[in-house]
Amino acid sequence: MLERMNFKKTLFVLSIVVIVLTGIAFSGCTTTTPPTTPQKQDLLIATTTSLYDTGLLDYLGGIFGPEYNANLRITAKGTGQALELGQNGDVDVVMVHDRAREDTFLQNGYGVDRRVFAYNYFIVVGPPSDPASVKGMTATQAFDTIYKKAQTDPKTIFVSRGDASGTHAREQLLWKNAGYNYSNIRASGSWYVESGTGMGATLLIAEEKDAYTLSDVGTFLAYEGNLTLVPLVDKGDDLLNVYSAMIINPAKFPDTKVQLSKDWINWLMTPKGQDLIANYGVDKYGQQLFYPARDNWELLGVTQAETQTPIP
Amino acid sequence: MAGFLEGLSPIWQGLQQAFNLLISLDPQILRITALSLIITMSAVLIGSLISIPLGSVIAYGKFRGRNALIWLIQTLYAFPTVVIGLIVFLFIRKTGPFGSLNLLFTPQGMIIGQTVLVLPIITGLTISALVAVDLTIRDTITSLGATRLQFLISALKEARFAILAAIALAFGRAISEVGAAIIIGGNIASPGNFYTSTRTLTTAITLETGKGDIALSIALGIILLLIALVINIVISIVQNR
Repeated sequence: MLERMNFKKTLFVLSIVVIVLTGIAFSGCTTTTPPTTPQKQDLLIATTTSLYDTGLLDYLGGIFGPEYNANLRITAKGTGQALELGQNGDVDVVMVHDRAREDTFLQNGYGVDRRVFAYNYFIVVGPPSDPASVKGMTATQAFDTIYKKAQTDPKTIFVSRGDASGTHAREQLLWKNAGYNYSNIRASGSWYVESGTGMGATLLIAEEKDAYTLSDVGTFLAYEGNLTLVPLVDKGDDLLNVYSAMIINPAKFPDTKVQLSKDWINWLMTPKGQDLIANYGVDKYGQQLFYPARDNWELLGVTQAETQTPIP
Repeated sequence: MAGFLEGLSPIWQGLQQAFNLLISLDPQILRITALSLIITMSAVLIGSLISIPLGSVIAYGKFRGRNALIWLIQTLYAFPTVVIGLIVFLFIRKTGPFGSLNLLFTPQGMIIGQTVLVLPIITGLTISALVAVDLTIRDTITSLGATRLQFLISALKEARFAILAAIALAFGRAISEVGAAIIIGGNIASPGNFYTSTRTLTTAITLETGKGDIALSIALGIILLLIALVINIVISIVQNR
């Protein structure tokens, strides 16, 4: 009998806990969810961490969403992972930055309608002490110098993304241009560290290790407040960083939300979208994070249509 | 190298900002917390509905391989959550066997992952609880001429505290796991539609720490700890009945 009483008590306590938790849950919904009209459509985008960590896509989505009665759902991966999701039809749109792999992606028929919507630059960043003295060099000179210095100086460390992202692909290209075989670099000692994670986290790792790393300028500026790392190399054609969007081929994956995907990409390419991209973060970081692609197609080495012609 | 006390100041600042976020009931925090609770409660509810009957059958059933089955279930208590995430991911992605259901990157997909996580825990602990019901009580129930169903209901009543504790334990493990949640959910914020968001307490902490937003991470961490505390209180009330 006594036990029965106690059990009731327990049940009572439990129900209170459940009620309170449910209350919290529902207050969460009611206070934060604007009334959604039934037609509001979700658009699922896989993108690169370098694009996402700056906050650009959340910002643009906040303006595009109400205009088109759409809700952008964004998952941030490296370019490699984003393309892999695209190849399996798991998303509607991929927004990436690795021209070579984009070409393969299009050739294999996974993506259609590539458009270039923004660019900026990669930068080599490192500790203010700059143990390998690479400040002001070209990127390939800097990589060469870092490698040579690291063979004798234990303070010279390089952190690689190591995650098949677009930034990782560029890093590999720079090693190649500097005359090195990438697999030899990987295997050449403890000076070369692979973070296996996103751009922001990689910058924080480089910060902790007083190491060099290759970053896109957008993420670096967005994180600069938490870092003592400084930009050391920021000039050269081989540091150009071009962002494209592609729609997952509806012929392969009929579920792709083609119309909304087109609306989104075309909106990015409009003068208005391009202005928003150009001005994003300027007030906060004191300089541009992204440059509009629209009138710079020659500089970017892409076709004019890719930067200006809306997807029909 | 900064001094120890100097090094404490950013942590202290983070804590203060975190408390401000909590006190002001920051909408982002409420969304994330609400979603975590909804997902985990759903998973534990579904898991219990499957696991308690299943555990009863295994506990009192007589069949070949029963001991091996129990051993297997107990081994699965330690099923790595990233492996659960990977398996569920491969099954629910577009090109997988359940691809047509469109469950990847949805809260529903995350519920499946957490259900898989809690199934062995609730099943195994239900078995232990039922087997532990005193033999004399079981004999008494049988000798009173109970049918099999009546017997089972009485035994479940006897074991109710242990089963409740099992459910609470499973809840705690599910809400604090991060591996499956990131792979299946993708940490999507979905500002326009709460019910297609997949950003939970654990995935947000992982992401926001990577982004350098320490205050939000600390605030979410405090909420996770509070939830763990509540679960612990429930378990001890149940066990000190």
